[in-house]
This record gives sequence, C-alpha cells and structure tokens, in this order.
Amino acid sequence: MTEFAESLLRGLGTGSVYALLALGFVIIYKATRVISFAQPAFMLAGAVLVTYLAGPVGFWGAVPVAAVLTAGLALGVERVAVRPMVGRPAFAVAIITLGVDVAVRVVVNGFIGLDVRHVGDPWGLRTVTVPGTGIDLQQRHLAALLATTVLIVGLFAFFRYTRMGLAMRAAAYDQEAALAQGVSVGAVFALSWWLAGGLAAVAGTFAAAGASVDAALWLIALTALPVIILGGLDSLPGAVVGGLAVGTIQELTASYQQHAPWLGGNVSVISPYVLMLLVLLVRPYGLFGTREVERV
Amino acid sequence: MTIPGRRTRLRGRPELHTSYASELALFDTRAKRVAVAGLLVGALALPFLLTDEVLQLLALCCVAAIGAIGLGLVTGYAGQVSLGHAFFLAVGAYTAAAISGDPDGRVIGFGVTNIAVWLPAAGLVAGLAGVLVAPLATRLRGLYLAIVTLGLVFIGQHVFSEWSALTGGAGVGRPAATLEFFGQPIAATGPFGTRDQKLYWLMLLLLLGFALAAANLARSKVGRAFTAIRDRDIAAGVIGVNLARYKTIAFAVSSAYAGCAGALLYTVTGFFDPGSFSLLLSVQYIAMVLIGGAGTISGAIAGAFFITLLPRFTRELQAWVPFLSAQPNEVPNVFQVETILYGVLLVVFLIFEPRGLFGLWVRVRNYWKAWPFSY
Repeated sequence: MTEFAESLLRGLGTGSVYALLALGFVIIYKATRVISFAQPAFMLAGAVLVTYLAGPVGFWGAVPVAAVLTAGLALGVERVAVRPMVGRPAFAVAIITLGVDVAVRVVVNGFIGLDVRHVGDPWGLRTVTVPGTGIDLQQRHLAALLATTVLIVGLFAFFRYTRMGLAMRAAAYDQEAALAQGVSVGAVFALSWWLAGGLAAVAGTFAAAGASVDAALWLIALTALPVIILGGLDSLPGAVVGGLAVGTIQELTASYQQHAPWLGGNVSVISPYVLMLLVLLVRPYGLFGTREVERV
Repeated sequence: MTIPGRRTRLRGRPELHTSYASELALFDTRAKRVAVAGLLVGALALPFLLTDEVLQLLALCCVAAIGAIGLGLVTGYAGQVSLGHAFFLAVGAYTAAAISGDPDGRVIGFGVTNIAVWLPAAGLVAGLAGVLVAPLATRLRGLYLAIVTLGLVFIGQHVFSEWSALTGGAGVGRPAATLEFFGQPIAATGPFGTRDQKLYWLMLLLLLGFALAAANLARSKVGRAFTAIRDRDIAAGVIGVNLARYKTIAFAVSSAYAGCAGALLYTVTGFFDPGSFSLLLSVQYIAMVLIGGAGTISGAIAGAFFITLLPRFTRELQAWVPFLSAQPNEVPNVFQVETILYGVLLVVFLIFEPRGLFGLWVRVRNYWKAWPFSY
C-alpha cells in the first residue's frame, strides 16, 4: 500500500512536468493549429540556461530569468521560421518546427558538453514523510506539483480575466472573426509561442531537479506528445489531466514492471506511447478534444 | 486508341496528346528519354571513374533512395505524414538478417543466404507491419497520425533493444544479411571488379527497378487515388475512392519499400545495432522526401542522394573552415554541423522552395525553355 501511494505521488510529480510541457503544446496548437516539435529544444535550452545562471543569481533567480530568455528564443523562432508559413499546410509548419528542434538542440548540447551540469535546485533527492502514514515523498516532486499548480491557476486566470486572454480565446475559436473584431492575431501567435517557451523552460528545470542536465533530457519533452493526444490537442484541462495521468501510469509501471519481466527493462519509458495507442483506438480525438467536424 | 502506323505525337508539341497511352507514358518526351538513358549510362560507368570509398557511399545513396521513394509514396503522394519510417526499416533489416543469419550463431538465423529469398521476405514482413498500423492511419488525420507514428518508433526501439536474441541487444548489434544469389556471392572482389564496384551496380539496378515500379504505381488508378486523398480526402471519398482501402495500400507499399531498403542498407556496412533506428533516422527520411520534392519519384531519389552525401560534404567543409573539429568530443565539430544542416535545410527548403530540389530543377528548366525571354 505504501509502495502504491509512493509511486502515485511520484507520478503526480513527474506528471506535473508533463502537464507544463503539454500546456505549451496545446497553447500553440489552439492559437496557430500547429504542433510545435520545437518544444523539446526549448525545454533543454531552459534547463541548460538555469545551470549557467544558478551560480551567479541563485536557483530562484535563475528559473524566472531562464524562463524569460527561453520564451524570447521561442518568440524569435516564431518570427523567423513559423510566421512566414501562415496559411500553409499545418504539416509543413510542423516539419519546420522539427527542423528547428534538431538544429537548436545541437547548439544547446554544445553548451552541455561533457560536464555533468546541475540546475542547483535546493531539494536534491531529499524526502519528506507525510505525517501519520509513513509515506515518503520526494521534495522535488512536491515542489514541481506546487509550482505547476501556481502556474496553471495563473494561466487560467489570465485566459479568463484579462483582455489579452480573451483575445487569445477569441482567436483560437475563430481566427477570422477575431481579426475582424480588431484582435491582433499576430500578437496572439507571438504570445502563445512566448508562453510555451517559458513553460517549457520551467518544466525542464523541474525535470532536471535532483538529477543532471544531459542531452537525453529532451526525450522527457517528447512524452508530452502522448499526453496531448491523450487529453485532446485543443483542450487545456485535457493537457493537465493527461499529464498527471501519464506521469502516474509511468511511475506505476516503473514500480510494478518487475512482475512482468518478459516486457523487458525500462518498459515504463514507452508506457505513455502504448497508453496513447490504446486510447486512440477508442477515442480518436483524445479524452477531452473536440471532435473534428468536416464541412465540404 | 492509337491508330497503327500513325504518329501520335507532333514534333514541338510536347503537351499535345492524341491517346491516353501517350499521356500516361512514363517517359513521354524524347528529351526525357534521352536524358534518362544518358543518366543511366553515366551512372553505370561511374565505377570506372571513382574510388571504391566513394562508390560505397553511392551504393548507400541508392539504398536510401529506395527507402525515400517508399516514404514519398505515403507522405508525398497519399499525404499521410509518417514519422515511423525508421520502424519499418528496422523490421525489414531484422527480417533479412534473421533469414540469412548463421544458424549456429549468437543471434537468431535460418541460414538462407539467397538474396532472392530474404529481400522479398523483408519487404513482405515490413509491408504486413504497415498493414497492421494502417487501421490507426485510417482513423486519424494529419498531425495526430504524425505523433502516433512517432510513438511507433519508440515502441519499436524498445522492442528491438530488448529482444537481444534477434538483434544482439543495444550497443552490440548483429551482422547484416549476406549478399548471395543462388550460391554465388554477389559482392566479392573478383576478376570482374572489386566488392564496392559490384555493390554499387547491384544497388543501382535495384534502385532502378524499385523506382520504375513506384513511378508505374503512381500513374495507375492506385496512384491517382493517393493524390486524390492527399489533395482533399473528403472530396476523394465523395467521388468513390475507398479511403480506408487506399490508405492501407499506401502504408503497405511504403513499408514494403522501407523493409527492402532496411534489408539492403546494412549489407553495405555489414553490422548494425538497434540504436540506429531512432527518431533521427525517420527525420532524415522525411528530410529526403521534403528536400527532394514531395510527390515526385525523381525528387525522392535526388533528396536521398543529397542527404546521404551531406556528411561527406561537411567533412570536406572542415578543410575550409579552420575552427571546425573532426573530433566528436570537441566543440564545434563536423557532426554537430551535419545535424544542424539537416534541420536548417528542412526549414529553408520548406519556406523558400516547398517543391524541393525538384522545384529548383523545374525553375531552371522553365528559365531555359523561355530563354532569352523572362517568361
């Protein structure tokens, strides 16, 4: 029972990282109808920036600065590589972001080099015990969960109560109508990429907390792809629920995979993809996604 | 209908067709026939001009072109974005290696070393894998499909690195299929040429066969159904194209091509491990198709040659750019430049010339067609 509860809590911790990444994907998708395969590169860039900044300004200073810088990078990518492609097939734009991802990741990997780089987080692998139950919980997972909650509440408030949030919702709902009402769709595109870049940087930091930043970190960001498919490409709550669900299932698989040795080691790494295939066979548009209506 | 004895084409009127057969002909103009024949003769004569090292690289290009043609059929012609090509390459490579492998060896092997057995088998097994994936493809569209096929690469990589009885395990690998035709070793240095010369001729001839078959498929009823689905799938469905059926065919044919390419790819280098079939390999094939020109056979071939020769060019680049290092542990090194170039070239081509290398050729051709006038 303790083992189950512990892996559940661990899953919520890693799941909140996925949720942050998935939110970035979904925000970009809602605004521009494009899946940005460049998110892994932004996540890696954010985490590497934190490792460089944590020394001079400390962890708490480094995270927001790295998030803003990565958001700026995302903004630059949007202006240079994605904006010229407005009106072209979504597939072409997705492949462009794939190209951007490959190129940016090589540059960022160059900054990692052969050293072991740490984000300098205050938690490491220390645990806290939930009072009265004896369940151990890693501090970094608790921190990730808290930070994600704060960010999500902030984001939802932004979309719900600000003028720009309203503009973004309008543009996501009907781009032309929003344009006709005076919404600057270009600004909406830019802001959505900016937000996604910042979220990816924070996610990267928490993914690397307690471990080190290396070139393989980007694979964590790819796990956000099954998450968004699971939750539905255009659903923000779907991204959060999907992220937590995938994180939990992955950790549960990791805890119990020794009971099925024929699946091989590390089967938890591919469990999100298997889950995605199973869900898609039943619900092709994810759990919360809107069913595509075809008009001729 | 052509009337016998009557010329169906008018000199100087390449667009004028008086029969369906002449309109659908693969090599419809004399210029095209001459150019293709010339290219072919030139390509067959290359082994007498180039060193073995370059020939080996060109043999790899030919095999990559077979795989790229396959991806071009499903992504370029039928419009179904697949990031799972690496998985099908792997299926083909392991089928062929297992069939022709040493029965007493460390890994699974059945000892049937005849290429006439393992090459079709690799295509068949990979094609069946494609049929298994197709139900997902018929339910999903566009980017959903791209992500699902991406998941396929990860699942495949896991299975192949765990199934060490077949693959030799991650980081260890196994020998590739044996090149032998009814007891005769095909690629062995002998009185008629070196190993690499024969390898190049073999791969070139295979590429020719696969390319002609694909071009034939593309101009048939099936090919027209593919392009109809790509251009507007609802409209295609309305005019009577069975979407599920033709998407399944597209995936099956494309995976069969990938399977054959995978089987041949590692016979050149001789050894492979499950780590080779990563997402980067899929991205390379996508890059071949898109940089070459989606929806054309010649474009896919050009793209495959371009992408496969790219590492060689970046290595040459090192002589010109002094701060580049050839050591993988120094920054910046040629391997990083190479990977960056994949990404940057994809972006540049999609933004500035979406028709790829084929589009560049069309521009050049149109310029000289109208020369000395600008249009």
